[in-house]
Amino acid sequence: MTTETVPPGRDTAVASTRGFVAYRGYRPPAGMLSWALHRITGLGVLLFLLLHIVDIFLVGYGPETFNKLLFLYRHPVFRMGEIILVAGLYYHAANGVRIILIDFWDRAAQYERQLFYAVIAVFLAGFIPTAVLMVRAMLT
Amino acid sequence: MSAPRVRAGRERPAGGFELYSWYFFRISGLLLIFLAITHVVIMHVINTVDEIDWNFVADRWGSPFWRAFDWLMLFLALLHGLNGARLAIDDYVRSRGWRVFAHSVLWSAAVIFLVIGSIAVLTFNPEAFQAASSAMGS
Ligand code: HEM
Repeated sequence: MTTETVPPGRDTAVASTRGFVAYRGYRPPAGMLSWALHRITGLGVLLFLLLHIVDIFLVGYGPETFNKLLFLYRHPVFRMGEIILVAGLYYHAANGVRIILIDFWDRAAQYERQLFYAVIAVFLAGFIPTAVLMVRAMLT
Repeated sequence: MSAPRVRAGRERPAGGFELYSWYFFRISGLLLIFLAITHVVIMHVINTVDEIDWNFVADRWGSPFWRAFDWLMLFLALLHGLNGARLAIDDYVRSRGWRVFAHSVLWSAAVIFLVIGSIAVLTFNPEAFQAASSAMGS
């Protein structure tokens, strides 16, 4: 009755006993990585949102004021930050869907870990083309 | 009673404010997928910060649709994000005094940013500046 109670897909894989992969010292528990990333990306996007509200507020002060500020957003460091911001948002959105699926759909709850791999796949499928287009726009 | 359920997010609270908060995360999150990703594609991929300037924003906000879109996104993202920050504060800030302080800052920020954001989106009037610049004969 011990192994049967483990839901499929949750830590049922047999751990290797040899080499680098046998190191079991510091391992985050299942679900911790996805949770930590969800929190960090959420707070990161929030921080940017607050900054963005301030700069958009300055639109109301007219073209002179607003356009003078734009050099900031056009700075290479900011443009790299912009790409990281998009990465954070995409991950948070994809993982948010995973959280919601698991909340409302019993079968999804059994495949929590596989759904995390799906989140990574969806993230990459969205982020890679976006990043390519953004980097290309930056270089031309 | 059924066995405790596997969850990837917070457990569903039994009731009260926390239950509304739980549903609000999920409903606003689903709406934000549409709003925020459309926004990113239009403002960061199709157009970029090279093209976007004051005139671009003035043109875009000529349309009530985009004003409504931007305002809804502002409202949902701000409350969703700050409500998330509230969860983080509850997790990490333990002492009573600091908790009161952190929550005060948080809710003040919510009000201030909602107000200045709404002023920006809803009261923007490009004609005021266009009239001024043509009066100066530019
Ligand atoms: C794009 C679509 C989005 C989806 C689908 C989504 C989904 C979610 C969900 C379901 C939660 C609740 C997690 C739980 O109850 O444990 C959550 C939490 C959170 N979200 Fe979002 N979200 C989105 C956009 C955003 C945006 C734009 C921001 C920032 C402004 C944001 C910031 C946060 C924060 C800070 C948390 C709290 C995380 C924690 O402390 O556990 N999210 N999100």
